[in-house]
Amino acid sequence: MTKNINNMQRKKLDPAVLISALIIAAVYVAVFVLEQIMPPTSMLFTVLKKAAVYALVAVSMNLLNGFTGLFSLGQAGFMLIGAYAYGIFTIPVAQRAAVYQYYNGGLVQFSLPVIPALVLAGLAAAAFAFLIGLPVLRLKSDYLAIATLGFAEIVRSIFQWDKLGMLTNGSNMLRLFPTFNDFNIKNAEGEVVVYLSTLMPFVIAGVCIALIVMLLHSSYGRSFMAIRDDEISAEAMGINLAKHKQLAFCISSFFAGVGGAMLAMYSNSVQAKSFTSAMTYEILLIVVIGGIGSVTGSCISSFLFVACSEWWLRFLDQKQMIGNFEVPLLRNGFRLVVFSVIIMVVVLFFRQGIMGTKELPDLFRKKLPKKTGKEGEAK
Amino acid sequence: MFKTILPYLLSGISVGGQYALIAIGYTMVYGILRLINFAHGDVFMVAGILMVYISASGLPLYVSIPLVLIITAGIGFLIERVAYKPLRSAPRMSVMISAIGVSYTLQNLVLYITGGLNQFYPTIPFISKSITIFGATTKMVTVVTPVLTLILMIGLVLLINYTKIGMAMRAVSKDFETSSLMGIKINNVISATFVIGSFLAGVGSLLYFTNYTTVIQTSGAMPGLKAFVAAVFGGIGSIPGAVVGAFIIGICESVIKGLDIILFKLGLSKQMMGLATFSDAFTFALLIVILIVKPTGLFGEKTTDKV
Amino acid sequence: MIANERVLELENMTMQFGGVVAVDSFSMHVDSGEIVALIGPNGAGKTTAFNVITGVYQPTNGNVKLRGKIIAQGHPTGKMRKLYAGSHIGEYGKLVTNTPDKITEMGVARTFQNIRLFKNMTVLENVLVAHHMRLKSGLLSNVLHLNMQEERRIRRESMDLLDMLGLGGMANELASSLPYGKQRYLEIARALATEPRLLLLDEPAAGMNPQETDELSDFIRDIKDKFKLTIFLIEHHMNLVMDISDRIYVLDFGKLIAEGTPQQIQDNPAVIAAYLGVDDE
Repeated sequence: MTKNINNMQRKKLDPAVLISALIIAAVYVAVFVLEQIMPPTSMLFTVLKKAAVYALVAVSMNLLNGFTGLFSLGQAGFMLIGAYAYGIFTIPVAQRAAVYQYYNGGLVQFSLPVIPALVLAGLAAAAFAFLIGLPVLRLKSDYLAIATLGFAEIVRSIFQWDKLGMLTNGSNMLRLFPTFNDFNIKNAEGEVVVYLSTLMPFVIAGVCIALIVMLLHSSYGRSFMAIRDDEISAEAMGINLAKHKQLAFCISSFFAGVGGAMLAMYSNSVQAKSFTSAMTYEILLIVVIGGIGSVTGSCISSFLFVACSEWWLRFLDQKQMIGNFEVPLLRNGFRLVVFSVIIMVVVLFFRQGIMGTKELPDLFRKKLPKKTGKEGEAK
Repeated sequence: MFKTILPYLLSGISVGGQYALIAIGYTMVYGILRLINFAHGDVFMVAGILMVYISASGLPLYVSIPLVLIITAGIGFLIERVAYKPLRSAPRMSVMISAIGVSYTLQNLVLYITGGLNQFYPTIPFISKSITIFGATTKMVTVVTPVLTLILMIGLVLLINYTKIGMAMRAVSKDFETSSLMGIKINNVISATFVIGSFLAGVGSLLYFTNYTTVIQTSGAMPGLKAFVAAVFGGIGSIPGAVVGAFIIGICESVIKGLDIILFKLGLSKQMMGLATFSDAFTFALLIVILIVKPTGLFGEKTTDKV
Repeated sequence: MIANERVLELENMTMQFGGVVAVDSFSMHVDSGEIVALIGPNGAGKTTAFNVITGVYQPTNGNVKLRGKIIAQGHPTGKMRKLYAGSHIGEYGKLVTNTPDKITEMGVARTFQNIRLFKNMTVLENVLVAHHMRLKSGLLSNVLHLNMQEERRIRRESMDLLDMLGLGGMANELASSLPYGKQRYLEIARALATEPRLLLLDEPAAGMNPQETDELSDFIRDIKDKFKLTIFLIEHHMNLVMDISDRIYVLDFGKLIAEGTPQQIQDNPAVIAAYLGVDDE
């Protein structure tokens, strides 16, 4: 991936980049068109929406784990903060009494439009990241992982605390805030004229991912990768480790927060207890399957992961009959077993994942940049 | 006042002992492979499920308990051979990811087998008996756990200090490469570590689930994480450290769970604060504080990076 | 540049790790425009001295001064402190410390004994990273790519530097794919890109054959003049050391056993003893 950064800035129009841009544009057009012609209840849209959210979260995790070399497992915690920030500030004033029925309608008595609320969600997550980052970013690899995992657990129990109910609704869920379906444009009779409920998550996630890619291609991105490759050497190049790690951590958390808010929009409700460490593991596995250090990989694998778990492998959970023969093993939960086995195979035998460290434009170049193959070999 | 706190202290000591048995597995594996074995908590859970199924088959306890322990140890061995051994030369991050993958796989397997329903843990008569200590009623397991934990810990420390395999373990944990050059069969040592760790997790599960009575696929996650915190608290790599850490965490957790009631009974608070919510959070807060203040833990050794 | 400015000075610098004294009360200085070598048998504490100068370690005792200003210092703590300080204990103020990146920013660059390039980045990117700390544009303009002028400037400068070191043709190769010798040059290029005034080279000729070593001594003189550098190097190749050094310090078991011109060092019996070993009798 690193090689094409140079190419891109030397020759303004690298054909490989152009082709990639066209492919991405085609995907967006396809999503828009499909949404107008297919029934909105189609499984495809559920998968696409959730995948867009997961793609953003996975890329934000990749920014930290793959590009900066900080092994953090706090993703679910930051998503939770983002989801709550979004929920708390967007529930329409008229609905607050219903949502906060045990807390006198709650503390906040105004509501923000969707986009500012998404930014706020990101900022809230980044602010928490800043505070927690001050102490924990000094820790080395696996200690950092466990400390951030612990942080996510703490956040989860704080948000369920009864005493904060005026804000968080305690252990009850937040709901009735604007969701993806509210992006659809309706006419006076309330019929949907233009469907945007799938395109908009794509647009929001797309903008965020584009920002992350631009960051990676800047001098800051290079510094992050330098830290990943060799901390001591990066410091000797004048890179302030504490500052840059903190920066990567906050930026990653910002986008995890936005992703969390989008997950809330996707699932129409927020409840702290659903943001478990299992969610972080899932995202980590998406990153691994896609390729640690590849944005494209994270996006593709999000779609595959969500499609498999929500759709394509669903049949494994039901009894299937071929003629009179009942296929053995198929019953509730088998899908997840198959899924786990696939993941273990990737982890053990295809450690590069789908994309390794390559990006979309690299696929259209004749001579691919040589890679050492092993990430963080020096450690 | 003593009477108010005693039941919580007792259950804290008991749960602490159970965490200790899991924590030993973490600390030993980390000491040798420098790997946080995320799947260890799930091995503990699988031991619980095994007990449910094996005793349902009608085998008497004196057969089923050893059987559970042996199979659990075997699972630990198998996990290491399948998921960690092929990654011996891979970056540490890959191995950790593999551990997370194993944890995910074990949970999903158990979900599939049990259908995701709570399984009722069989009653083990001797340790389920009710007894009264200083007026506090509790199960026999409360007394058995700390005693058994200490006995096993002492046994293990003796094993590590005075046997050949123990010496090999110490050598490997000091310097992986040099010890392999010295002719120590690294793979055997690592396998032994996993077998011992899993065996102890099996013992822990017998005690733990006798207390909590039900097992589900996610039952291992929290105790596993807490046991890991205990291992870090005690100084990772140190077995007595892990045990001490586990007791401290168990007691703190149990006291926090009952803090509302304790404060209320002692007249220190007028209303319920809902502090029990923080019993898990406390453990992790403690972890973060330790990592910052003394990353090597109570009994850990200091290491420095070479430039 | 002031003639004979004292660029670097160590005053009684001691570095102790637990019970091991790696460097023991070492005093030395490097003046501007000089090439000074630090030699000594393996384990003599040479790299430790570099690590103290560049802020990787904080000295246990003594001062590190850069152009007359203290950049790192240490003094004994606890009981030892009272013992050392005696009646002067009040004079110990707050210790000056600087992280390695700050010291690099002050104009001290280094290379590493066991090459530490950014392996998964290209040759050009390795050099570009060194420009990062001197960038004027902030995070936002970097992310939004509004700083194209500056980005183009550092790319041009980095390419010029690579061309000068004969690495221009490999700018887009991965750093790890370069042959060993070239990797050493890339480390130097990267260090030069931080715009140093003092360059610390840790065994630059390690692993090079005699011919490459000869080329290296010309090269070191060359960059010294071109970039108006002061150079302090650790080296085992005696030919190279004797050829290019103005002065030499010799460490053995952490202690300074000799200093002087190449000629003086060659004739010094203590140095010969340290290198060849002598019986105690």
